[in-house]
Amino acid sequence: MDIVFYISSVVAVAGTLMVVTRTNAVHALLYLIVSLLAIAVIFFALGAPFVAALEVIVYAGAIMVLFVFVIMMLNLGPHAARQERAWLRPETWVGPTILGLVLLGELIYLVTLPIPAAGAAGSVSPKEVGIALFGPYLVGVELASMLLLAGLVGANHLGRRQDDGPGEGGRA
Amino acid sequence: MLTVPLGHVLVLAAVLFGLGLIAVLVRRNIIFILMGIEIMLNAAGVAFVAAAWRWHQADGQVMFFFILAMAAAEVSVGLALVLRLYHRFKTLDADAADTMRG
Repeated sequence: MDIVFYISSVVAVAGTLMVVTRTNAVHALLYLIVSLLAIAVIFFALGAPFVAALEVIVYAGAIMVLFVFVIMMLNLGPHAARQERAWLRPETWVGPTILGLVLLGELIYLVTLPIPAAGAAGSVSPKEVGIALFGPYLVGVELASMLLLAGLVGANHLGRRQDDGPGEGGRA
Repeated sequence: MLTVPLGHVLVLAAVLFGLGLIAVLVRRNIIFILMGIEIMLNAAGVAFVAAAWRWHQADGQVMFFFILAMAAAEVSVGLALVLRLYHRFKTLDADAADTMRG
């Protein structure tokens, strides 16, 4: 179990290092997704399976899809086609693939382990988290919902189409 | 079960946070700056979940959910701002927007 944590840590740090040093945004995004998956494995090893699932669904899924959409919207024209051809070269995807295969090996290793008794030492079950979330932290949950609503309204306001020239941005 | 000392997990969180901070400080492409912010938020989440694991309390994981909700709201508004910036300046360079009006 310890070796899983250390290998995932190396994968996460290596992936994040590649994110910081890439010049192509999509390459960086691939490495960032691998890094987030590695952190999800770490959460699972830390006895937080619910958080690990949310890390994959919300971070590696939803938030990264938003990044992909924005990069797609900004890369229009013949430049994008040239880039598309460049993406298919092996050096683009071989790094994230190797890091991802390491995580897959860890997953297979974890699946073959004997199932620990329920409520094993160190692990916090989703039930306890839910009870804490809707007990003492109820106000925080409500505030998070208001924050998400504010984010929705703000993104909608900023993202609406404006036909103003470059000098006239936004109405006062 | 995991027998790693808490310090190692915290070192991992600190290294990830430092890398995110470097991304924010060094990169000039605004998409990379947003990615650096995501990395830093995630590193803080790692520290919270490590604390939840060490003391067998659910509170750390609850805090991670709040970080998750905050990151989702932040990135949606941030990427909408990136699109506006690109339409206005035709570049993703953060230094292009260094002058204020008035």
